[in-house]
Amino acid sequence: MTDTPRSFQEIILRLQSYWGGKGCAVLQPYDMEVGAGTFHPATTLRALGPRPWAAAYVQPSRRPTDGRYGENPNRLQHYYQYQVLIKPSPKDLQDLYLGSLQAIGIDLALHDIRFVEDDWESPTLGAWGLGWEVWCDGMEVSQFTYFQQVGGHDCRPVSGELTYGLERLAMYVLGIDHVMDMPYNDPQSPIALSYGDVFRQTEREYSRWNFDQADTAMLLSHFEDAEAECERILAAPATDGAGRAIVMAHPAYDQCIKASHLFNLLDARGVISVTERQAYIGRVRALAKKCADAFVTTEAGGGGAGGAAAEVAV
Amino acid sequence: MPDLLIELFSEEIPARMQARARDDLKKLVTDGLVEAGLTYAGAAAFSTPRRLALTVQGLTAESPTLREERKGPRVDAPAAAVEGFLRSTGLTREQLTVRDDKKAQVYMAVIERPGRPADAIVAEVLDSAIRNFPWPKSMRWGTGSLRWVRPLQSILCLMSDEAGARVVPLDVDGIVAGNTTEGHRFMAPGRFPVSSFDDYAAKLKRAHVLLDPAERADRIWHDATNAAFAAGLEVVEDAGLLTEVAGLVEWPVVLMGRIGEEFLGLPPEVLQTSMREHQKFFSVRNPGTGRIEGYITVANRETADHGATVLAGNGKVLRARLSDARFFWDNDLRTVAQQGLEGMAAGLAHVTFHNKLGSQMDRIRRIEALAREIAPLVGAAPDLAAEAARVAKADLQSAMVGEFPELQGLMGSYYARAAGLPDAVAAACKDHYSPLGPSDDVPAEPVSVAVALADKIDTLAGFWAIDEKPTGSKDPYALRRAALGVIRLVVGNGVRLELRREIDHALASVMLSVAGHKRAVLIEDSPDGTSLLSALRDAEVLAEDFPETLKVDRTRLLGAFVKGELGILTADGRGLDFRFPAKAEAISDLLAFFHDRLKVFLRDQGIRHDVIDACLAMPGNDDLTLLVRRAEALSATLKTEDGANLLQGFKRANNILTQAEAKDGVEYSFGADVKFAEDDSERALFAALDRAEAEIAPAMAAEDFARAMAAMAALRGPIDAFFTAVQVNSDNGVVRRNRLNLLSRIRSICLSVADLTKVEG
Repeated sequence: MTDTPRSFQEIILRLQSYWGGKGCAVLQPYDMEVGAGTFHPATTLRALGPRPWAAAYVQPSRRPTDGRYGENPNRLQHYYQYQVLIKPSPKDLQDLYLGSLQAIGIDLALHDIRFVEDDWESPTLGAWGLGWEVWCDGMEVSQFTYFQQVGGHDCRPVSGELTYGLERLAMYVLGIDHVMDMPYNDPQSPIALSYGDVFRQTEREYSRWNFDQADTAMLLSHFEDAEAECERILAAPATDGAGRAIVMAHPAYDQCIKASHLFNLLDARGVISVTERQAYIGRVRALAKKCADAFVTTEAGGGGAGGAAAEVAV
Repeated sequence: MPDLLIELFSEEIPARMQARARDDLKKLVTDGLVEAGLTYAGAAAFSTPRRLALTVQGLTAESPTLREERKGPRVDAPAAAVEGFLRSTGLTREQLTVRDDKKAQVYMAVIERPGRPADAIVAEVLDSAIRNFPWPKSMRWGTGSLRWVRPLQSILCLMSDEAGARVVPLDVDGIVAGNTTEGHRFMAPGRFPVSSFDDYAAKLKRAHVLLDPAERADRIWHDATNAAFAAGLEVVEDAGLLTEVAGLVEWPVVLMGRIGEEFLGLPPEVLQTSMREHQKFFSVRNPGTGRIEGYITVANRETADHGATVLAGNGKVLRARLSDARFFWDNDLRTVAQQGLEGMAAGLAHVTFHNKLGSQMDRIRRIEALAREIAPLVGAAPDLAAEAARVAKADLQSAMVGEFPELQGLMGSYYARAAGLPDAVAAACKDHYSPLGPSDDVPAEPVSVAVALADKIDTLAGFWAIDEKPTGSKDPYALRRAALGVIRLVVGNGVRLELRREIDHALASVMLSVAGHKRAVLIEDSPDGTSLLSALRDAEVLAEDFPETLKVDRTRLLGAFVKGELGILTADGRGLDFRFPAKAEAISDLLAFFHDRLKVFLRDQGIRHDVIDACLAMPGNDDLTLLVRRAEALSATLKTEDGANLLQGFKRANNILTQAEAKDGVEYSFGADVKFAEDDSERALFAALDRAEAEIAPAMAAEDFARAMAAMAALRGPIDAFFTAVQVNSDNGVVRRNRLNLLSRIRSICLSVADLTKVEG
């Protein structure tokens, strides 16, 4: 199990196969721009409510302020996270996690793995949990969190969340110093591609757009639009014209994700002052909270059919 | 006498919480046992990242039987009363005895409460300790509702005595207590049973777990110093880091590495901070050059390659970190070379300090003005102090401080030197935040003192101007610390400064700067005080962005501020955001805050609060150096026998005088004449008062409080003799009046030194 993988994609494939083998539904990335794997509704919303859940997926993540035109060895404005969410958190989650490190070629007999206190908080999602950053020989390779609250709701049962920063982890496993030099596919392939072959061009283009070109007035109005649409969706009656009870938590949450990413873009353009920052974060959090409120009334959220139960309760 | 062993085995406990948790576990359990009637010979608590353990030795096997006698109703009492007594005691009538009591016979009940076995008590106490454990932060996990710092995996609870060991039956939310534990996660996985504390500690050691954090710290320090010594180097001591690292490992293995040549040019503080904060590395120094050249990292295990992989990995992470630091350092130096330190500070115009108090740049301008004003009082050149104030906070804009906020000030001093600024300016960059804690060094360099005082007085005046003062336990802007900082800077350097005046200027400056960025309005309260907001609608806007337009009438702004009629409109201009307190009120309130902090400060030096009150009542009480000197002299005087007796003499004189003045409705303050003296002691007192006055007045003028108070204390003998020999309230009206006027001289002489009426005792 501890033979060394040869490429970035092999590490991803091994994680998929490991967590799939442990019973997780291997999902696909969410088809929207997000800042971290946590934003995927398979984590944010599914961590709520009483229903058991186990999912693993890769999530492309965008952090516009981290763009370095593809020149920094470790920083990217677009990168990948590997995300695992299991509810309720199993008793042997730490062991399962350590197994995943072995699966990607980390020999536990040679390395020093440590669980170092690191409490997680997402002000935009109104979420927090306790856990650790996991160190391998002094390097942070994952975040390990027991969710306590999401969208202002207590998590019952508690989900265990694992987040791997894939590029950093892979660079460590593959012994690469600059992310762009990392083999994306097998270096022995007929057409061997490095991470740089795949992403250097886009890093340059997006860095310029993020920092200099994104139309801030338009982004601001898109933010307002997303916020308004999110609230409008949630304010719609729980029953449609045909008498079906359908609370639209997910479409509303899409708008919340949009608002969050637009805020990140505005932040990268440097048009948000320190004081305004808090206000914007507060606005996104208010949306996330309302989406969470809506989700827990749905069947998937354990609230009964389409929110009808919650309406009765009110 | 059984021994008790408890282990609470969990996922990794944060290092910083372990010491408190050990104490709490020991206290909760031993207190609970004692409360339930058990005693014990000794107890000790231990922790590793994965466990809290407690051993209690020599526990009593059961709680004692308690015997209580209770008196019941009379034998001839109604049946219902007897029934009630039986119910309340749980006895039958046959178990009662009868006793003669005064006039009648009464029932007596003897109730025995049998002792309980220690095991049952331990189970209850531990259950409650786990459920009520005061973790600073705790969590739930899985489907349970139990809270612990991280998921609690198992409980070991064992009683052992001559007969052997037994598990105390206990089930906390489905976790059933047993007699097994686990060794090192990687080096010795798997559970094993234990039979006593000694067995537990020994088996853990075999399973690569050192239970005692002190032993782990000792081993780390011993191995680290040895490794460094062998390479001709020395480890930089860091007790806090040692404790933390000892809480991160169960089986410490020390590894030493070298810092790459290309990073050795970084300031040593940058190397140390980066290694300590991010990597938990100890710094290793070359004793010859004082340079930081290596590091010690502490792994949690031995490996087949003797740590080679672990050390290589750590070295790689460090190189990445130091590359960042080097990048920040080079960038910052380039900025300083191109734009100067003031250029680096320019961006602070866009950094909000507080949304009511404007930007950091607004603050820097205010501090500059105040520092210039204070400079001559502390022996600094005003221009130099102003220059230092302009650049002291520039490093907040540096990349290095952005990454390592704890290096603020220090980086500024490096960059100031790189910019070729005078040493005094570089020192002020570093030291103007000081003193931070009560035991911090107080800067003595005049320019640093001027900027440090200006910085702190501006902060205090700012928050007083917008009425965000500390309340109770809440002090989010650390204003108590700022006030204590001012006190220590002033007193520690013997600075003579009228604090009231500086506060006044700082307040005016804050007000003008706040009003300059907001819409300041004149508030004219309607007589009934109810229609403030409607009045506002028509209010006169006194200032709006005036630094740009200079349209404002400063005199009118200040006039409104003095009268408490100045307010700031909300952003939409429709309401009042806040109202400035009247200036005089804010000044006296802030001065009172300083006086309160001064009392705390002097109390720690053994000076009583009433002694300080006696000095506070004197003129010049905003000159803290003078105030403290007076208080120290008075405190010392009152500790002498003469001083203590003089105080009694003064109080007696003052009491007699006050009563007589109240009774007679006049003030005896003038005209005591030695010619009406009847007694030698009276004449002697006249002479003594003349001498004292002649001594005290020039001593006070020279602020020589010790001499003045010694002269005052010397009055003790003549005053005592006078009261022994003479009755003040003589039948002879002339003599009485003369003596009262004499007492008045005692009072006024003493009060010229300090307000002794405020002193207790």
